[in-house]
Amino acid sequence: MDRPNDALERPVTRQRSPLVVEGLRKSYGDHEVVRGVSFSLVPGECFALLGPNGAGKTTTIRCILGQTMPSDGRIELVGESVPDHARQARQRVGVVPQTDSLDPDFTAAENLEVFARYFGIAPDQARERIPRLLAFAGLEAKADAKVPALSGGMKRRLTMARALINDPELLVMDEPTTGLDPQARHLIWDRLKGLITDGKTVLLTTHFMDEAERLAHRIAILDEGRIIAIGTPRDVIAEHIEPQVVEVFGDWAEHTGGAPAWATAHAAAFSRRFEISGETAFCYIDEPGALLDHLAGTGLRYLHRPANLEDVFLKLTGRELRDS
Amino acid sequence: MKTLLHPPELSASRAYAVWLRNVKVWRRLAVPSLLGNLADPLIYLLGLGLGLGLLLPKVAGVTYLTFLATGTVAFSTMNGATFEALYSGFARMHVQKTWEAIMNAPMSLDDVIVGEMCWAATKAFFSGAAILIVIAAFGLTPWTHALAAMPLVALIGLTFAGLGLVATSLAPSYDFFMYYFTLFISPMAMLSGVFFPVDQLPAMLRAATGWLPLLHAIGAVRPTLLGTPNPDLWLHVLVLALYAAGGLVVARALIRRRLLK
Repeated sequence: MDRPNDALERPVTRQRSPLVVEGLRKSYGDHEVVRGVSFSLVPGECFALLGPNGAGKTTTIRCILGQTMPSDGRIELVGESVPDHARQARQRVGVVPQTDSLDPDFTAAENLEVFARYFGIAPDQARERIPRLLAFAGLEAKADAKVPALSGGMKRRLTMARALINDPELLVMDEPTTGLDPQARHLIWDRLKGLITDGKTVLLTTHFMDEAERLAHRIAILDEGRIIAIGTPRDVIAEHIEPQVVEVFGDWAEHTGGAPAWATAHAAAFSRRFEISGETAFCYIDEPGALLDHLAGTGLRYLHRPANLEDVFLKLTGRELRDS
Repeated sequence: MKTLLHPPELSASRAYAVWLRNVKVWRRLAVPSLLGNLADPLIYLLGLGLGLGLLLPKVAGVTYLTFLATGTVAFSTMNGATFEALYSGFARMHVQKTWEAIMNAPMSLDDVIVGEMCWAATKAFFSGAAILIVIAAFGLTPWTHALAAMPLVALIGLTFAGLGLVATSLAPSYDFFMYYFTLFISPMAMLSGVFFPVDQLPAMLRAATGWLPLLHAIGAVRPTLLGTPNPDLWLHVLVLALYAAGGLVVARALIRRRLLK
């Protein structure tokens, strides 16, 4: 026995994946919205699906939950085959939908109580869980407040609490912080981090790159129904983009064309790759020293920063608007 | 066609949870709701029955007030189920996204639709039963006859709940329900013998309106309350049951297409 501790460090029976998606496709008429998506989750990880509007994020989630029939592919959710056993699977999954679907006729506590019944949770067991969930959501004082009296952030936290009523094996969140102000977003992130630290597996969709970078162990970028990048945020950044970015903007002393004119004339000499978007030039670069020295004498303004997921995202999905 | 034939996925206890949710909302408004359900038909009954009744001879062998009262039972039950399935159903399906939230739990669309249909029928039953109690208390029908009509009222509730859900499944907005009332409910009330006996209608019109569900509802309820022979009772019951089942099947297919696409 060379490595006696090996068995202790690595359990022999690996835990089953909370979600496996293989070759998922979904068409509406002639339009294929999801075109062969495959990924699987590791227990305890937070996995983020990123993508512009219309990339197929929500359709993918709906297929996973058995709320629409996939055209092709295989889905295994908490060990159950979907869509055939979607109902059994949802018994052990929590869902935070994109749109507010709290029951406006009920108080915060009643919303949890009524939802518990849909899972077949016994009333006394629900009564025991509800105060803990309200405390988790920071809504103890609002237990008896009707839903319309709650702020947007409170509603989203209550929706999170509602998704946890069955102590799910997997939590699915579709754009959990869209439409919230920064304070409310940070509070949601804080609760979510707590859940992830406690070992809950989380699948979230977002189009906020900072949200994904902050929360997710792994991300997948979805565009036009396909996964075009997958991995840890750090690996995806390293794989797809130069490490440094210099954003150049403002007036150029030598020419009225400003930063775009400067970029056309000089950017290629200093950067590995550059892009002009509106009045700003983005220079992607390994070592920014020479460029920054050059810019000092031009009158142009600039911002130097490390590359992030948003740069990868814009490189891979383009800068044009996706209004669909 | 594919959605029409989709195998049912129904659990009685889960559909009951949907029904219970609606009961819980209704409970806090139960008293005003019941009074409202009662006041409207009673105003009609007293206004038309007493006012118009004084001018009229016996209608179908009874006073006009009694004739109208026995029709109002079916009419009010229909309205109760229709309003609930249309306006409240649409609010929960489309506006409040209540059904979507429920289907994030281990609930199927069939659980939701059956729970909703039973709830609309329950609420309609409250309306119809309240009127039965009032007209029995006024001596317009014996208590035993009122009691015998209760199961029929429950069935009428299911019939119009099922048909109402079909309208709801097609509605882009609340405005759509105006068509359901002006093109279906209101003309049907005139052609089904609520306010006057159908044998007053021209023979051709009578032949053309034999399929109307409210006609069968009244055909079942009125003789039961008047204690007159009703050889066609089982035919009426069968027609009402078929409408209820047909409404459920069609509404389910349409809502499936709408929500699970």
